[in-house]
Amino acid sequence: MGMASKSLKSLLVAAFSAFSLFFSVNTFASETPAGGEKHEETAFDPSKLIMEHIMDAHEYHFATIGEKHVSIPLPVILYSPERGWSMFNYSKFNHGHDVYEGYKTEEGHIIPVNAAGEHDTTVKVYDLSLTRNVVQMFIGVFLLCFLMIKVANKYKRNGAKVAPSGFQNAVEPVITFVRDEVGKPNLGHAYEKYMPYLLTVFFFILINNLLGLIPGTANVTGNIAFTIVLGFISFLVILFSTNKHFWGHIFNPPVPGFVKPILVPVEFFGIFTKPFALIVRLFANMVAGHIVITCFVMLIFIFGAMSKVAGWGFAPVSLAFTIFIYFIEILVAFIQAFIFTNLTAVFIGQSMEGAHHDEAHH
Amino acid sequence: MELLNPGLGLLVWTLLAFLIVFFLLKSLAWKPILSTLKERETGIADAIASADKVKAEMAALKNENEVMMAKAREERAVMIKEAKETADKMVADAKEKAKAEFDRIVAEAQTAITQQKNAALTDVKNQVGALVIEVAEKVLSRELSNKSEQENYIKQLAEGVKLN
Repeated sequence: MGMASKSLKSLLVAAFSAFSLFFSVNTFASETPAGGEKHEETAFDPSKLIMEHIMDAHEYHFATIGEKHVSIPLPVILYSPERGWSMFNYSKFNHGHDVYEGYKTEEGHIIPVNAAGEHDTTVKVYDLSLTRNVVQMFIGVFLLCFLMIKVANKYKRNGAKVAPSGFQNAVEPVITFVRDEVGKPNLGHAYEKYMPYLLTVFFFILINNLLGLIPGTANVTGNIAFTIVLGFISFLVILFSTNKHFWGHIFNPPVPGFVKPILVPVEFFGIFTKPFALIVRLFANMVAGHIVITCFVMLIFIFGAMSKVAGWGFAPVSLAFTIFIYFIEILVAFIQAFIFTNLTAVFIGQSMEGAHHDEAHH
Repeated sequence: MELLNPGLGLLVWTLLAFLIVFFLLKSLAWKPILSTLKERETGIADAIASADKVKAEMAALKNENEVMMAKAREERAVMIKEAKETADKMVADAKEKAKAEFDRIVAEAQTAITQQKNAALTDVKNQVGALVIEVAEKVLSRELSNKSEQENYIKQLAEGVKLN
């Protein structure tokens, strides 16, 4: 680590000095052209681009070259109590220029319009489209199922006496890790019942985290809707694991009577804050990572808008940082999957603590 | 803020996707994997336990062997001692017996010698007697060649013989 950080530092120092040298020499040169043409280029809005990158969309948008959009449009599925179901391809909107079946797209959202082409507020629309997050999640789910079932079949075929081989070797330590470091310490004897859920949560988050790191793909786990669903499921699992002891602890905590009115609402609120923390943690961590990476890439173009040479000069620095953050993000992909799973297990363990304790003491 | 506004579509699809993955993998992946892992682990634990048991048995056996060896060594020592004692006794006995025999033989030899000597002496006596007689006879026969003298001598002898 020491060596790596040292060489990284020296690389950055070199890049910075090269950059500042070019910058100082070229400020005069770049100021000479007239501003007429330059204004279009400086219309570059990084925050809008970053938002576009991390938000859900109805298409995989890779690049815009001149007027041409390089993108994969995805299916749109709409339900409106007034109009019924509508299903068509997003390309029908012609990048927001056209109205199709009474709908148009505005800032990536599909809104109903009336005959005059204005937003029709009387029509309620539920957007169930296969957005890029949905499509990518399906790809992830398919990959996960395919790989795991393949591995499981190998286990079934070879039995317990044959040493694991191939991809089995990569999966087995992760599964045993989730079992031995997450399940057993937090759930005690009841761990076996929860293993399928914990393993599914772990790998579901992990594969979506990892797929989201591929450039050009969507930020699935950094979408609040995705984490809300996982948090909600955790909430249900925690609730269904509760016992009498848990509820007794919440509504009749072992404290002096006058503290109870304060502690009972706090304890009760705690039931909801736990899954809420899970939801926000995963969402914020993943979205932050994506924002940091896009920011470093954007820096090139922010500097490029100031001066072309500055942009080129900053590119290596930006790239170095981006690669560094990328490695961290790979780590974070695993860590966040682990943390979500582990905390869920901890909360489940707390909700059945009484029985657990009794067993431990007798 | 737009970022914190969950999309209904993604909510629904995520829930569906998670449930499908959960039920699919629960029966098709996690159960066989976990049961095989458990089976393998219990198998390994059993193997280690039985190996320990065998080791303990081996140690007990070795102990037993050592005890037996010690006992055998002791027995061997006792046997050697006994054998030596017996041998010594036998040698001593043999010596004693030999001595006795020797004494007996010597005694017998002595008796035999004495006997022989006596017999020889008797024989010698007899022969001497016979010789004397022969000599005497010869002497006498020459001396007594004349009849008168002979008759005188016989008369003399006859007178000497006492009849009882």
